[in-house]
Amino acid sequence: MKFRTIRWAVAGLVASILPATAEPKISDFTLDNGMRAVVIEDHRAPVVTHMVWYKVGSADEPAGKTGIAHFLEHLMFKGTDTIPSGRFSKIVAENGGQDNAFTSRDYTAYFQRIASDRLGLVMEMEADRMRNLVIADDEVISERDVVLEERNSRTDSSPSAKFREQYSAALYLNHAYGDPVIGWRSELAQLNRQDALDFYERFYAPNNATLVVAGDVTPEEVQALAEEHYGPIESVDLELAVRGQEPPHIAARRLVMSDPRVSQASFSRTYLAPSYVTGEGNEAEALSLLSDILSGGTTRRLPKMLTIDTDLAIYAGAYYSGMSRDSGEFGFYGGPKGETTLTELEGAIDWMIADLLENGITEEELARAKKKAIASEVFSYDSQTSMAQSYGAALTIGLSLERLENWREILESVTVEDVMNAARKVFVPERSVTGWLMKKEKGVKG
Amino acid sequence: MSTLNAGFLSVCLAFLPLTITAAQAKETQSQSRIQEVVSPGGITAWLVEERSIPIVSFNVEFEGGSMLDPEGKEGIAGFAAALIEEGAGDMDSQEWAAALEELSSSISFGTGRDSFSVGMSSLSENVEPTFALMHTALTAPHFDAVSIERVREQLLSNLRSAENDPGSIASKRWYGDMFGKESRLGRSSTQEIVKAFTRDDILEVYAKMPARGAMTIGVVGDINAATLGPLLDKTFGDLSEGEPLNKSPVKTRENGGVVVIEEDVPQSTVMFGHSSILRKDPDFIPAYVMNYVLGGGGLTSRLTDEVREKNGLAYSVYSYLNPIEYAGLYMGGVATQNSRVGKSLELIKQEWARMAEGGLTAEELDGAKRYLTGAWALRFDSNAKIARFLVSAQSADLPIDYIDTRNDLVDAVTLDDISRVAKRLLRPDDLFIVVVGKPENLKSADSLEAAMAE
Repeated sequence: MKFRTIRWAVAGLVASILPATAEPKISDFTLDNGMRAVVIEDHRAPVVTHMVWYKVGSADEPAGKTGIAHFLEHLMFKGTDTIPSGRFSKIVAENGGQDNAFTSRDYTAYFQRIASDRLGLVMEMEADRMRNLVIADDEVISERDVVLEERNSRTDSSPSAKFREQYSAALYLNHAYGDPVIGWRSELAQLNRQDALDFYERFYAPNNATLVVAGDVTPEEVQALAEEHYGPIESVDLELAVRGQEPPHIAARRLVMSDPRVSQASFSRTYLAPSYVTGEGNEAEALSLLSDILSGGTTRRLPKMLTIDTDLAIYAGAYYSGMSRDSGEFGFYGGPKGETTLTELEGAIDWMIADLLENGITEEELARAKKKAIASEVFSYDSQTSMAQSYGAALTIGLSLERLENWREILESVTVEDVMNAARKVFVPERSVTGWLMKKEKGVKG
Repeated sequence: MSTLNAGFLSVCLAFLPLTITAAQAKETQSQSRIQEVVSPGGITAWLVEERSIPIVSFNVEFEGGSMLDPEGKEGIAGFAAALIEEGAGDMDSQEWAAALEELSSSISFGTGRDSFSVGMSSLSENVEPTFALMHTALTAPHFDAVSIERVREQLLSNLRSAENDPGSIASKRWYGDMFGKESRLGRSSTQEIVKAFTRDDILEVYAKMPARGAMTIGVVGDINAATLGPLLDKTFGDLSEGEPLNKSPVKTRENGGVVVIEEDVPQSTVMFGHSSILRKDPDFIPAYVMNYVLGGGGLTSRLTDEVREKNGLAYSVYSYLNPIEYAGLYMGGVATQNSRVGKSLELIKQEWARMAEGGLTAEELDGAKRYLTGAWALRFDSNAKIARFLVSAQSADLPIDYIDTRNDLVDAVTLDDISRVAKRLLRPDDLFIVVVGKPENLKSADSLEAAMAE
């Protein structure tokens, strides 16, 4: 178990706006059982954020069991042999702490925010439920009802959420990123206790987990506590899920939906893109900078052309989503204004993409985007919880600390040509889905 | 392979009082750094110096906000606030955005029910030019015709979306009935109203919005009092003093009842509540402690236990005290499938009554105190959070040492206090309930019982 203190690389442009004192102190170690740990020091307040990230998400679910990763996340708040059912969150609260958990396509994470002198307590409890979960049959039924209600709230009551779900399913031909994290209702409604336990036994183990502790602690304290609480847990022979592979995409897809409860029509277009994990070299950074050049504020290309210089859209933008183990996504969206039709808005966005590919970007655009990315990093140091989340997510999808350490150098290295190469690779119509969501007038059929 | 020993719970709990004291002592050290800064020109701000990150978080709040909307012009103050960044001084909206970006700063404007607020974050080396931009924005907004039309279309689009959003529909009706048409709190904006806004309307309301006399300021970060004072004068010194606001309490609906608004959704969204006490009421802290147990605390409350954990009726059910400037409210919400709305509401009303009659157990009170005192420090773990707290504390007329004394106030609450406050505040029969969805076996009526009758 070696200790290593990471220092952010500061070079060039960065040094001018960022004094060396601002860098968070970050260290890492690995327990003998394979559990990885990262410590982010922040001594401003006597509190700590403690997170355990499991490298398993909805994209790892067995066929026919969509929703099980998230359902298990709910059941993890039941009990163990030592913590009676329903007591977990109450014990955290009685110690002045807050807790919660979240599930994504690539990971499931559990966290507590609490006074730093209670770190040992929450570690002890989190370590306990890593292998000792006990769930009763009746708890499974009522918790499944809770998750069905969660699905009602998140998805089934909102036409745009229901549309997004279908849209994602169309974007992926074979990979489970196309399934909703909360699960398809018909499958979710049939999940049972054994499904949850099977998933738990298989994936919840120290050698499939990353510990992230941010706050008023020293790396030495965290390592000692981690060895005490997580250290004794035996690693397991991991049998990671085999994920579906996307075949070559040779047909562009279009989805159109109308619903009486839609009030603002909307256009969307999403391309599969390299992620921070699958991208080569600085591809992901290039795409991230491109999304800022296209959409990072009203001075950028899409909002400026579609909402300021013309009257085509109420809103318009683009985004890059690259923090994933497998494919990333690059998307465009907009809401047509007044008499503008979706056809016209789509035409304008297509024109902008064509113009980008034809005429490229300027050095000045790239420099502004880089400067903004670096400044926003400084502001992000203010929140220990979001720092912990960034590190947890990045490490769990498979990025190395070295990669994070070199983030700025990689960003600095991106050239205009890198951005254009990435754009040409991504903006291929066959690898995209286009969506139109429209209002259906009440009382009109068809 | 348990990593816990059998004595785990009792051991940890036994050490709790000691460690709580330790945590509080440390917190006191870190928090009593709030300074009251008075600028050479007489402007007051609360400041916490925090040098570890080279940034400054700044918040200013002006009393008024939507309460300044004239009758028939609901939404105009928010409209004016949204227009500020569309151009001011010699900058149009693009130049404004570029100027902020050049500094790596951000400035945002917004209105709430009773306030107009401006937030800023800046690298410490750029604080002075960022304040200069804020000054220009506050004192010389253009409100030009092109921007007015653009923002009007955005606002209309938002209003149209709200007309289909169950939560917005419920909220509009609940506040509408609770306060009635005679109060701004009961009136809401409509597309017709927004379509009729003129530039003169905007100028008229904006003239009252950034007033020196109604201002509270919180600053956290890499800046000291000597630097801050003159910047406050330059930024806010030439604002008008403003006129005193009418802060007399607003009348509230006092009778219970159920209103069902039909929407074609699988789940009903429910908002419920009745009148309550103001923030300055001496019973506020005991009420806050009581509510933590009733419906305030995540997975740990009685409402969550009954509605979610035992019966699986909802993903989320909660209650909260909402002490707005002119009236106190005790409110809550739940979302549950249409066939089980009545059952959920029955359970909620039962819990309301059980608390009113029986108060808390000693164990519950102890647990609530442990959570509320321990979690107090969690509110102060970032500059941005502290800056927002500094403003809200001043708006609520809390003393400058409140961060240090507040846990003592919580610890002093007794079971008798809770019983008294529960009887005073919780009126299960007076709960006014708005349901948006297609609830089965539930109709609009003067009481929950009548609403559920066949």
